Amino acid sequence: MLSAQSLALIDREVAKYPADQKRSAVMGALRIALEERRSTGETPEARCLNQEVIEFVANYLEIPPVAAYEVATFYNMYDMKPVGKYKITVCTNLPCALSGGVNAAEYISGKLGIAIGETSTDGMYTLLEGECMGACGDAPVLLVNNHSMCSFMTPEAIDKKLAELK
Amino acid sequence: MLEIEIDGKKLTVPQGSTVMDAAHSVGTYIPHFCYHKKLSIAANCRMCLVEVEKAPKPLPACATPVTDGMKVHTHSDMAKKAQAGVMEFLLINHPLDCPICDQGGECQLQDLAVGYGNSASRYQEEKRVVVGKDMGPLVSAEEMSRCIHCTRCVRFTEEIGGFQEIGMANRSEFSEILPFLGKTVDSEISGNVIDLCPVGALTSKPFRYSTRAWELSRRKSVSPHDGLGANLIVQVKGNQVMRVLPLENEDINECWIADRDRFSYEGLNSAERLQKPMIKHDGKWHEADWQTALEYVVKGLNGVSRDHGKDAIGVLASPHSTTEELFMVQKLARSFGVNNVDYRLRRSDFRADAAQQGALWLGSSIVELASAKSVLVVGSTQRQEQPLLASRLRQAVKKGSELNVIHVADDALLTKLNAKLIVSPQALVNALAQVLKAVVAIKSGESAIDLAAVTVSADAQRIADSLCGAETASVVLGNVAQHHPAFSELLSLAQEIARLSGARFGVLAEAANSVGAELVGAVPTRGVFGAAVSAGLNAQQMIAEPRKAYVLLNTEVEFDSYNPQAAVAAMKSAETVIALTAFKAEGLLDYADVLLPIAPFSETAGSFVNMEGRLQTFNGVVRPQGEARPAWKVLRVLGNMLGLSGFEYTSVEEVRAEWQGKGEIAPSLNNVLASVSANVQPAASALVRVGEVPLYQADAICRRASSLQATRAAAVPVAHAAQSVLDAAGVQSGAVVVLKQGEGQVRVALEADAALPAGVVRLATAHPTTIVLGGMFDPIEIKQG
Amino acid sequence: MAVFVNGVIFDGVDTAAADAWRLDAYVARGGYQALRKILDSKLPQEDVIAEVKNSGLRGRGGAGFPTGLKWSFMPRSFPGDKYVVCNTDEGEPGTFKDRDILRFNPHALIEGMIIAGYAMGTKAGYNYIHGEVFAEYQRFEEALEEARKAGFLGQHILGTDFSFELYAHHGYGAYICGEETALLESLEGKKGQPRFKPPFPASFGLYGKPTTINNTESFASVPFIIRDGAQKFLEAGKPNNGGTKLFSVSGHVNRPGNYEIPLGTPFSTLLEMAGGMRDGKKLKAVIPGGSSAPILPAEIMMSCTMDYDSISKAGSMLGSGAVIVMNEDVCMIKALERLAYFYHEESCGQCTPCREGTGWLYRVIHRIANGEGRPGDLELLDSVGNNMAGRTICALADAAVFPVRSFTKHFRHEFEYAIEHGKTLVDHKWC
Ligand SMILES: Cc1cc2nc3c(=O)[nH]c(=O)nc-3n(C[C@H](O)[C@H](O)[C@H](O)COP(=O)(O)O)c2cc1C
Ligand code: SF4
Ligand code: FES
Repeated sequence: MLSAQSLALIDREVAKYPADQKRSAVMGALRIALEERRSTGETPEARCLNQEVIEFVANYLEIPPVAAYEVATFYNMYDMKPVGKYKITVCTNLPCALSGGVNAAEYISGKLGIAIGETSTDGMYTLLEGECMGACGDAPVLLVNNHSMCSFMTPEAIDKKLAELK
Repeated sequence: MLEIEIDGKKLTVPQGSTVMDAAHSVGTYIPHFCYHKKLSIAANCRMCLVEVEKAPKPLPACATPVTDGMKVHTHSDMAKKAQAGVMEFLLINHPLDCPICDQGGECQLQDLAVGYGNSASRYQEEKRVVVGKDMGPLVSAEEMSRCIHCTRCVRFTEEIGGFQEIGMANRSEFSEILPFLGKTVDSEISGNVIDLCPVGALTSKPFRYSTRAWELSRRKSVSPHDGLGANLIVQVKGNQVMRVLPLENEDINECWIADRDRFSYEGLNSAERLQKPMIKHDGKWHEADWQTALEYVVKGLNGVSRDHGKDAIGVLASPHSTTEELFMVQKLARSFGVNNVDYRLRRSDFRADAAQQGALWLGSSIVELASAKSVLVVGSTQRQEQPLLASRLRQAVKKGSELNVIHVADDALLTKLNAKLIVSPQALVNALAQVLKAVVAIKSGESAIDLAAVTVSADAQRIADSLCGAETASVVLGNVAQHHPAFSELLSLAQEIARLSGARFGVLAEAANSVGAELVGAVPTRGVFGAAVSAGLNAQQMIAEPRKAYVLLNTEVEFDSYNPQAAVAAMKSAETVIALTAFKAEGLLDYADVLLPIAPFSETAGSFVNMEGRLQTFNGVVRPQGEARPAWKVLRVLGNMLGLSGFEYTSVEEVRAEWQGKGEIAPSLNNVLASVSANVQPAASALVRVGEVPLYQADAICRRASSLQATRAAAVPVAHAAQSVLDAAGVQSGAVVVLKQGEGQVRVALEADAALPAGVVRLATAHPTTIVLGGMFDPIEIKQG
Repeated sequence: MAVFVNGVIFDGVDTAAADAWRLDAYVARGGYQALRKILDSKLPQEDVIAEVKNSGLRGRGGAGFPTGLKWSFMPRSFPGDKYVVCNTDEGEPGTFKDRDILRFNPHALIEGMIIAGYAMGTKAGYNYIHGEVFAEYQRFEEALEEARKAGFLGQHILGTDFSFELYAHHGYGAYICGEETALLESLEGKKGQPRFKPPFPASFGLYGKPTTINNTESFASVPFIIRDGAQKFLEAGKPNNGGTKLFSVSGHVNRPGNYEIPLGTPFSTLLEMAGGMRDGKKLKAVIPGGSSAPILPAEIMMSCTMDYDSISKAGSMLGSGAVIVMNEDVCMIKALERLAYFYHEESCGQCTPCREGTGWLYRVIHRIANGEGRPGDLELLDSVGNNMAGRTICALADAAVFPVRSFTKHFRHEFEYAIEHGKTLVDHKWC
């Protein structure tokens, strides 16, 4: 189900916790599983977590599948819905909004021709609003595919970034 | 002890009590939803907020530990405001569809809303809609908008069921209760979540929409399935059982019942119920009136006895029958001169009969078993045989008991085991002998059993250490051990282990009235309370040496016998097979020639004696269907018609008084054999079958409960074996093979299963697809499909 | 880019240098001297704790609880495992200081946690890092590797018989995991749902073992306290408010960023440091301690000094030190709506008042902001808030209510106007 490489990464997570607390690694394991699907998935459906992969992770860590599902749905960054090749999450919380967060989201929405929450028809982009990313001083900020934080996203910076995300 | 004052009432409570505990102890009601005495504390509903003096804000009674000198007000302004506030929040998104809700009339939310809520809603936004979920054929989760997120169901599956099958996904107000995607809730005790759900979110699928709660009358009864004797509330409308709920009994079932206790009532109402007596003429069945049918029976019995002697008659009775029925059937047989009477159809080893000194039983109370510091369970497919007891043992482990297992399969018991020995049935005796040898060494004791050839494995040593080291310990034998061809040896060894280690020992009674059957002498070697009798043939002998006539009480031999193949053959060879039955069963129609409709437990008064030797009486909750009659009455009339004396009863109480007058239960319970013996060498290693009775095939009633039959546990059985067995047979996991025992064979998929020891093929017995096969733990052959 | 004034944590850190975070650079700045000092002198555990107590260090995560006192709650003679846990789940809107600690000075945190582990007799620690700052999580893992290689972490640290392991654990998008018991649940691989207290983490924490949880900045302040002494730290701030503190300044200022300044510095000075108001607009209001802290109008704020006591006297909280600055173009209803949405979205969902109340509050405020307010809505907000605050397992419900109460208190006329006129008084512009 998951590549040997992903399993090795999951094992590294497991090693952080006491031997009888493998469950602690579920957040890392789901993240690793999601990363693998994101990097190998050809369609929006193939890039998000699904029943099989959550069950696989649960079995791997010897926890009930529904417990892994609870975790996958509780934390926002796990994609449970089909997602574009580039998921762009813009922080629009108050501090960011005061420094252009909302404008940035609107600007991207206009450029990509998709509303917030949507995925472009070619499956390339998903645009989401995010909650505080702990980077309000760098506003406007956005995350590409969960892990790549982009700061000071003025319209020019956004243009440049979108040009890279092809 | 701590002092606390609740609404001005002073009391003392033990250290560690919560305010809720304290309130309960003086009968003060504090409203609550998430709190449940058998579940962990979640403190999430916030309904139980009370005022505690010196605390700046209201505190949840369910989670607040009592401190010395605490003063609590459950009805003060602060408390009432807090409670009303919570109630308002609970209702803003609740559909308030009480008129069409199944829970209407028995809904905690409805009740408390009246007492603690405000009248008008200030919430004018749109209400949340939550889509329904599929939890399987038993529990309906269609109306999840009604859910109040108390998480009782989640905690139940995790804590009592042993495996979290229900979760709360998402967060904030988007939280939803659900099973894992595409999965159903499959626990053998899942139905309890219906009772736990304080609102109408989780309801009974079979019961849904059938009737309103207030139209039902409630009657007490006792579960007719396993030997626990769970106490029931049977709810009836008109003359029909509509629903079954637990009746709380802390000593037995606590506040739970197993799914088969709860949903088997559908079998009572099944279309297969036998409504009239029937007689077979020239291969065709005809309905008959009682008189004709009984005359036919009398003629048949007299004929066989005249032609072949009394010994040509065999009586086989189900231990799911009432004590009165079992008493009557053995009395009828013996009065008529027939000594061949037995209830132990699934037994295959009767060598212990001679040494048995009383009725086999649990050897302790259920509570004592569940509180023993160390328990050894031998040969029990626990969750199938004793769903509630298995759960209770799980709770015991949580409280620090050590659970040890010797079994033929490494089944998921959903709990931590101290040690386990998983061996083929042929090595079971040796496994127990290992433990005995270790116990002998620890205690420097002696045993009459020769253990010289036994090598003690590390796990056997751990089991022995556990039993010997514990303050209180129990050794119990499950169904697999009881049905095992070396039962007498297992019993001998268990007795020795217990004797030397100081543990209690006993058997986990298979059926609701196994102990009752033992007590009233429904066995060929002992009469009522062990009275001496002229010995007759046991169940196995009656099958192995076929009789000319059989009287069957409440049993279908193809499902209830150790060797269905042989049993059916014996029936077919008889001149007459007389079946007292509640069901027009396919098998009976095939091999019987007269069917007498008898009332199931719900339609007759009677009693069961549970595994701990507790007599529980009950009355019929509805009238017998059609022309069915209580079996004790049928047997009484037969006694009269056969011209026997002592069959003049006018009530079931008289029957009960008679058997009870012959002795006392407690002193008659005795697992200790007069002499012990065992051949401790593992038997030759032929491939043997592990053929247990599936969860919902245990007795005639649950076999006909349609919702239970729709569960995963009731799926058509497939065969399982260790990879080594598959390799030896040259088949791939999942391939269809032919399994053969004696003359019978079945085509079935064979799957690799790491939980099984080498040398066995596991395939359920007591299922329509496998009844052509032979003995439950006998040799079996695999042939390529 | 963030701007720093030399203080306790960023003392000598050249944030412009790519390698300022590395072990070598940290050691060159005097890093790990505190740990060496303790190990060389075999300083008794009580003395370490006493030093932290004397420093006047108060928890930087929001509640301002004295750190040394918290450490002293750990059962001394507990036979089993104990844990120290760092809270870098920085998700309180406006707060972004802990990210910069990981980014520019992670070894200060590592050293602080090792010292905490020593002082409380624990063998292992975890740092729980906000999922959104994944790059910092990765950097922290790298820093841990450096520390391990250099013998500051692991078995027999610096050849002594003291051993301590430290691991990083990432969140993945749930504000509530900043609440310490939700964090523990999350660390155990569960949903981040706060636990009912008591029992408190000091007796029943991670995996049910005694656990101490502190904020990143709290731990990162410890090496300085040990190395340079409690007194020096205390003097860096003011009595009862020891040390310098990181303030995350965001919103309508010219230079948003982190400023490490002595506690007690006037707000006006901080505002100046941040370049003053952007575009010369007028200051309207400030949330001085992260989104959960009550908002203060400009006049009140301008008279405050930045320390726990002064801000608290003014009716708000210093909280995490997140200073959100708003100018005259901000419609207070829109601003509140955004915060209310946040709490609604982030409630963990277990407590009835919070699960249902946060949504209710948001919907009513949303209505008012859209010109669909109804008479009685302000009273309704007040009453719903009263039914939430103090009625739940954790303080998120209170955090959701504080802004509502303070916005509607200080800017009531804006709300009344909108309800009455069906449109907002201020022609709102975010920026
Ligand atoms: C809803 C909520 C969110 C919180 N978020 C954080 C956070 O992001 N970072 C943090 O350090 N503390 C946060 N806290 C406070 C922690 O619960 C805890 O008090 C703190 O980590 C203790 O560290 P300290 O004593 O060093 O301040 C939060 C509390 C609540 C109720
Ligand atoms: S107050 Fe809210 S966030 Fe806190 S535990 Fe309760 S439901 Fe969860
Ligand atoms: S019963 Fe106490 S909070 Fe639910």
